[in-house]
Amino acid sequence: MPIQYYLTLSAVLFCIGVAGALTRRNAIIIFMCIELMLNAVNLMLVALSKMTPAPVIPGGNGGTDAQLFVFFIMVVAAAEVSVGLAIIVMMYRNVHSIDVNFLNRLKN
Amino acid sequence: MDITQILFWVLSAVALFAAIMVLVSKNPVHSVLWLIVVFFAISGHYILLNAQFLAIVNLIVYAGAIMVLFLFVIMLMNLNAESDPQKNIWMKVIGVVTGGLLLWVLVSAVRSAGEMTAREALLKKGDIGLIQNLGKILFTDYAVPFEISSVLFLSAMVGAVVIGKKD
Repeated sequence: MPIQYYLTLSAVLFCIGVAGALTRRNAIIIFMCIELMLNAVNLMLVALSKMTPAPVIPGGNGGTDAQLFVFFIMVVAAAEVSVGLAIIVMMYRNVHSIDVNFLNRLKN
Repeated sequence: MDITQILFWVLSAVALFAAIMVLVSKNPVHSVLWLIVVFFAISGHYILLNAQFLAIVNLIVYAGAIMVLFLFVIMLMNLNAESDPQKNIWMKVIGVVTGGLLLWVLVSAVRSAGEMTAREALLKKGDIGLIQNLGKILFTDYAVPFEISSVLFLSAMVGAVVIGKKD
C-alpha cells in the first residue's frame, strides 16, 4: 500500500478534527475532536514507521522510535483527558452549561 | 485486489464516515459512540500494519478508558440533543472552509513530497511492532522518558483532584 494513502487518510482525519473543533460549541465535542486529531497523528506515525524502503537515519532504531512516540502520545492524551474533563465538570458546576462561549466572561 | 487492500479501504471508509458522524451528531452520547468506532477502525489499521502492541493499547486506553470517562461526564451532566448549544450558520461554514483549506495544504504537501514517492507501507510483515521489540527499546533507550511520564500521571491525578474538589 503506497505511503501516500496513509498520509492522506490521516490528513483527512486531522482536518475533520480541526473543522469539528471550530464549528461545535459543546466543550466535550471539542475535546473529542482533539482526541480525533491526536489519533490521526498516531496513525501517520505508525504508517511512517513501517515505510519501506526505509530512509537511512543515523542512530535510529529502524522504526521503533515512531511506535514509542505513539505510545507516549497516548500517555499524554490520557493525562490530558483526566485534567480536561475535571475542568469541564468544574465549568458546568459554575455556569450550568458547557457552551464554550460562556467562557468569554473571563474577559471582564 | 488483495485482502489487505480490501481491508485498508473498508477500514478507511469506516474511519472517515464515523469521524464525520462525530461532528454532525446532535446528541453527545452518539458522538462518543461514533468516536469509539473511529478508534476501532484505527486499531484495525494498526493490526494491518503489524503494530499489535499499539492496536491493543489503543483499544484499552482510548476505547476502554478515555471514552468511558467521556460517557461518565456526559451522563453526569445529563446532556442531550436539546441542550446542544446552537450557533449561527456562518460560523459553521467558516469552520468547514478553514478545515478544507488546511486539508488542501496538507494533501498538496503530501503529493509533492519527493521522498514519499515510490515508498510503501509494509503490511502484515515486520516485527518492529511486536511487544518484545518495543519493550526492549522502551526500557533501555527510553527509560528516562518512561519514568518522567509516570511523574506526569501523578501530577495529572493531583491536578484532577484539586480542580474537581468542591470548595
